[in-house]
Amino acid sequence: MAEITRDDVAHLAQLARIEMSPEELDKMAGELAHIVDAVKSVSEAAGPDVPATSHPIALSNVFREDTVGHVLTPEEALSGAPDAEDDRFKVPAILDEE
Amino acid sequence: MNELITSTAAQLAEKLSAKEVSSEEVAQAHLDRIGEVDGGERGVHAFLHVNSEEALAVAREVDAIRAAGGDDAAALHPLAGVPIAIKDLIVTVGQPTTAGSRILEGWMSPYDATVIKKIRAAKLPILGKTNLDEFAMGSSTEHSAFGPTRNPWDLDRIPGGSGGGSAAAVAAFEAPLALGTDTGGSIRQPGAVTGTVGVKPTYGAVSRYGAIAMASSLDQIGPVSRSVLDAALLQELIGGHDPFDSTSLTDPFDTLVAAARNGSVEGLRIGVVKELGGEGYQAGVEARFRDAVELLRGAGAQVVEVSCPNFKYALGAYYLIMPSEVSSNLAKFDGVRYGLRVLPKDGPLTIERVMGATRAAGFGDEAKRRIILGTYALSAGYYDAYYGSAQKVRTLIQRDFDAAFAQADVLISPTAPTTAFKLGEKLDDPLAMYLNDVATIPANLAGVPGLSLPGGLADEDGLPVGIQLLAPAREDARLYRVGAALESLLEAQWGGPLLAKAPVLGGVK
Repeated sequence: MAEITRDDVAHLAQLARIEMSPEELDKMAGELAHIVDAVKSVSEAAGPDVPATSHPIALSNVFREDTVGHVLTPEEALSGAPDAEDDRFKVPAILDEE
Repeated sequence: MNELITSTAAQLAEKLSAKEVSSEEVAQAHLDRIGEVDGGERGVHAFLHVNSEEALAVAREVDAIRAAGGDDAAALHPLAGVPIAIKDLIVTVGQPTTAGSRILEGWMSPYDATVIKKIRAAKLPILGKTNLDEFAMGSSTEHSAFGPTRNPWDLDRIPGGSGGGSAAAVAAFEAPLALGTDTGGSIRQPGAVTGTVGVKPTYGAVSRYGAIAMASSLDQIGPVSRSVLDAALLQELIGGHDPFDSTSLTDPFDTLVAAARNGSVEGLRIGVVKELGGEGYQAGVEARFRDAVELLRGAGAQVVEVSCPNFKYALGAYYLIMPSEVSSNLAKFDGVRYGLRVLPKDGPLTIERVMGATRAAGFGDEAKRRIILGTYALSAGYYDAYYGSAQKVRTLIQRDFDAAFAQADVLISPTAPTTAFKLGEKLDDPLAMYLNDVATIPANLAGVPGLSLPGGLADEDGLPVGIQLLAPAREDARLYRVGAALESLLEAQWGGPLLAKAPVLGGVK
């Protein structure tokens, strides 16, 4: 079985910005190990000569005229924000005081 | 039951243009039906929001244009006045869009999705927004933060997912048409377990602009309906190139309705995918599937067996690629730009801690599971082994499809391995839940179109079985041609649509 510890999940949760209780971390570690076990066979499926596919239908980049398109007004853009001031999103402190 | 709600969209369109009924009567009949069967403890609960006022206003507008006659009436879209329900993952001005999540509860989008703009331009009254697994993550609609949807065939069973609300709404005659989104089977699998039709178009055939992204390289908006022709009418309406979606295709998809009106399989090569059957597939599902294949053979199709040996890796690749994209796409729900903001109970009030508290409170278990799994698959040290390998599997699956389509014009399989299971049955076992999409996922990984249509009822439980058709990328018309042919062969056997056998909900049939 894949080795995924509670500390590993705590680190992942911190990266993903999801606060988790100790019980949640334990449960998630067990579930994650099971899921990873079930999917890890993909690492043996393809050899080094197989190219990766990131997009299902191959597309090439195209250019368009540099014109102003549809944009939201500040009121529209801020209409769903939990907090706003002076046409800007308002956030709590970025830095901790310490 | 009122004929206005049991008619297909194509039948309603005819009655409307012949002025046999008014759009307002049609919209009202569906709103009444929603009132009758959707709410309450044992209600279907297909809808998260009902949009009565606007729907009726649009219907009256269509009636006024028709009554006035002249060029404006002649220019009406064939589906004008035919009501539609919208999966609540697609943004709509004037109605809340929740994605089935607490984190977006009550959120009002400042813009319409491209598909919604097209629906408004064609004047289809929008009945409301339908339930789904949170951010479309699930196969049962039980992961909705607002409670599950029930399957109209058996109210103790799941309607499939993630688009269980759209499929159930159509199956319960609450709407003749609905929109869904399909990332790994979220249109087709609910179609299968509710006895309805669902299509995942070729990736890029329908604009994704305004569909809240789950896994951008897999997501596709598509039609949900009670007939193959209705699905074709809706896909033609919502499809086409959109400059707001950089992955949108420029190819025309304008022969779908004609294909659905000229169903035929004479001389067509139909490939049975060896790997999509056998272990894990319910006996009644396999029996109905074999019947469907025999019907097609009897109608002049040449049936061949094809092998797609790498499909056995599809589920694994999907559960690495999809969560990886999820972890990135859902990073935008940060408690700053929209939706919920939750402050931490104690300690300093920094943005990072507000995000942690907001996402802890706003996301449900499955969303958290997939975000964490995706974060893991993308972390340094695992990236090549997991995400990189999964992308290579994607190439292998595309090659399997290429080889299969060299031998067959269309592929066929069961849509889902089982019929609808009981609510709660698989909720505590994520892996068992994931297996529901084993037959639908390969199409998303390769970008090819897939259609599910009702194949009859399983002998052991009397519940609907879905038949899936798959075609090469850009060949959506083939699905409609073969789908319409199979549908009419099956309905000739049943003496009418499969849904006529569904139990009566609410009032008297």
